[in-house]
Amino acid sequence: MNKLIVSPSPHAHTQENVPRLMYGVIISMLPAFAVSIYFFGMGMIIVTAVSIFSCIAFEYLIQKYMLKVKPTHLDGSAFLTGLLLAFCLPANIPFWMIMIGAIVAIGIGKMTFGGLGNNIFNPALVGRVFLFVSFPAAMTSYPEPGQWLTYMDAVTGATPLGILKEGIGNHTATELVGQAPGYMDLFIGKMMGSAGEVAAIALLLGLGYMLVRRIITWHIPVSILGTVAVFTGFLWLINPQQFADPLFHLLTGGLMLGAIYMATDYVTSPMTKKGMLIYGVLIGILTVIIRILGAYPEGVQFAILIMNAFVPLLNKYFKPRRFGKEVQHG
Amino acid sequence: MGLLTFSRGGIHPAENKISAGKKIEFAGLPEQVIIPVSQHLGAPSKVLVKKGDEVKTGQVIAESSGFVSTNIHSSVTGKVLKVDAFPDTSGYRKMAVQIQVEGDEWVEGADTGDELITSIEYTSEEIRDKILKAGIVGLGGATFPSHVKLTTPKGKKADHLLINGAECEPYLTADHALMLEKSRELAIGTKILMKGLGVDKAIIGIENNKPDAIRVMEEAVSGDPGISVQALQVKYPQGGEKQLIKAILNREVPSGGLPVDVGVVVFNVGTAYASYNAVQKNRPLIERVVTVTGKSVSNPSNFLVRIGTPASYIIEKAGGLPEDTAKVINGGPMMGKAVSNLDIPIVKGSSGILIIRKEESARDAVKPCIRCTKCVSVCPMGLEPYLLMAQAEKGMYEDLEKDKVMDCIECGSCSYTCPSSRPLLDYIRLGKAEVGKIMRSRKAV
Ligand code: SF4
Ligand code: SF4
Repeated sequence: MNKLIVSPSPHAHTQENVPRLMYGVIISMLPAFAVSIYFFGMGMIIVTAVSIFSCIAFEYLIQKYMLKVKPTHLDGSAFLTGLLLAFCLPANIPFWMIMIGAIVAIGIGKMTFGGLGNNIFNPALVGRVFLFVSFPAAMTSYPEPGQWLTYMDAVTGATPLGILKEGIGNHTATELVGQAPGYMDLFIGKMMGSAGEVAAIALLLGLGYMLVRRIITWHIPVSILGTVAVFTGFLWLINPQQFADPLFHLLTGGLMLGAIYMATDYVTSPMTKKGMLIYGVLIGILTVIIRILGAYPEGVQFAILIMNAFVPLLNKYFKPRRFGKEVQHG
Repeated sequence: MGLLTFSRGGIHPAENKISAGKKIEFAGLPEQVIIPVSQHLGAPSKVLVKKGDEVKTGQVIAESSGFVSTNIHSSVTGKVLKVDAFPDTSGYRKMAVQIQVEGDEWVEGADTGDELITSIEYTSEEIRDKILKAGIVGLGGATFPSHVKLTTPKGKKADHLLINGAECEPYLTADHALMLEKSRELAIGTKILMKGLGVDKAIIGIENNKPDAIRVMEEAVSGDPGISVQALQVKYPQGGEKQLIKAILNREVPSGGLPVDVGVVVFNVGTAYASYNAVQKNRPLIERVVTVTGKSVSNPSNFLVRIGTPASYIIEKAGGLPEDTAKVINGGPMMGKAVSNLDIPIVKGSSGILIIRKEESARDAVKPCIRCTKCVSVCPMGLEPYLLMAQAEKGMYEDLEKDKVMDCIECGSCSYTCPSSRPLLDYIRLGKAEVGKIMRSRKAV
């Protein structure tokens, strides 16, 4: 008989592993992907394919030829970064810009920090914000939904949040909200916006799937969405002429995508439930402040990146509740 | 009656209770037994026999050598071959008495019949004394001498006795089988322990994957208003003392404290049964129920095994060691120890022999921590395993102590659950050992 293996306990292990978790997130994004294909057609498919392919390729190339380590490009995490990056780009963005975004996301967002597990900022958001700052025109022209066979030639228009930001001051919030698509359209995703961010209902479905599979917990998405609802609701009650209603805020822009997929990124979010709640509430508050006072119509991406930087601090000060209080000596 | 459980952390590993429903079967007498003189927590017992001595079943062969120590008895009748160091479950060689088995003649006074003796004729003091003399220790695996637990420290007062029938370790069914077949003895054993402890309330906690045991035990205690059965949700590590107390009484044992600090003392069902035998039948602890199991074991069983029987002997009884064996575990898959030698003896703390196949023992390569927080959410003690591991790797002992590494109960939930297959508990154990040393040297100054 062969020699017995002697190893410390436990001798059992869950079926869960990193690729399964990553692909679980990816599966949960399929409904939103399908809705976006329905509204943005070919452009959505091209942007997503280029983004995923570039992220995986750059991860492989950087690890193999620059860092000279064993590439981990197939562990699902580069795939997921690519998918997330595609979801927050306009569906008509030139493919070479996507490749720049991917190299920034993987190279700067992930690898300079030491790869998966060590990065401070969400890589997809790093890529997106880089593109946003470098190519503001391309990053703020969004195709109108319902064009199936277009890519870079798509007819573009303004997002609901863009309309609100431009018009406020000259018009009341009610008038501007009235110019945007109706709530039902906002809910199913028939509006202008980044490729994967529009379909609120499909994104919520994805959230449900991730909660059931215990990939993430409710703390971050619920605290972000709840905070935005309460904060904008409060403003709206004070002055409905000046501020849009909370439902409009929840359903527009990148909020759903951000709250469900960007802020919940394992590596860049807090380690304890308390930390997650505080992180979520602060992201919610920052998002609303940027939307209302900032120069940009949408603020959730910046809010998440800002809070990413505070995660180490949150981990340090918000510990889990330990079992059993200290014994009283003497 | 609602199902209770502990509130923080916990996991649901595959139960794999293959041997459930198997009747307890006497394993028989091997040719030789090797009885270690240190099968309990505390001071090793003092050997009383020498080579060539004739011993009887139940005869004391090593006596208690301090308050936290206990007696060791011969589990067979025969001749002492050797008093020497033999390898035990820890992998080290420890002092033990090797006996050539010749028969099974009990010492005088031992009642080996099956008749149930219900009335308890002894005072608390006599009970504690009988339990010490009979060499009873915690049979759940901790092997803490039972008479010590029955002696409440000055200034503390116990109000509840808990009997642990959770058996939350996957695969193991020894306690389950015992509850099914010896429920009435167990009920009397519980009363004996209540009297020894001086409490009038006892609760038997059983996970509800054993509905038959819950039913049988409820029936067995139905005449005793002081004893009740509490069904528990299935969750590992419910059988941990602190988790069981939290689940049943919603009390939290303080960090660094003992159950008695919150008025509770916990005994395993096996210990309650052994106490019945010791007090009512004058039978010392010389045998226990051991589950022999595993996915490719041909006849998974619950054996009644004499202490000192080689593991190989009962593995043979269960159909022999399968071809595809990779690991043999003394205990369950979560907290048991892998052994390198199959001749190690079954001791008082051995609740099972688990045989793990090659395909089950394979582990993914260790990958970087992806900060998924899963280890934090499953830790029943509210610790941060990912952080403790990092601190232990870097030798940050002060931080380890501040972050409560000593509270870790080594349940393994963190390592079980980590998607990156990180050996969290291995490093936490190292950290605990170092911090323990530092704390002791601080006390010594
Ligand atoms: S082994 Fe220790 S650190 Fe890990 S889950 Fe159990 S108590 Fe927590
Ligand atoms: S479970 Fe593993 S990967 Fe997840 S946080 Fe803990 S150590 Fe890191």
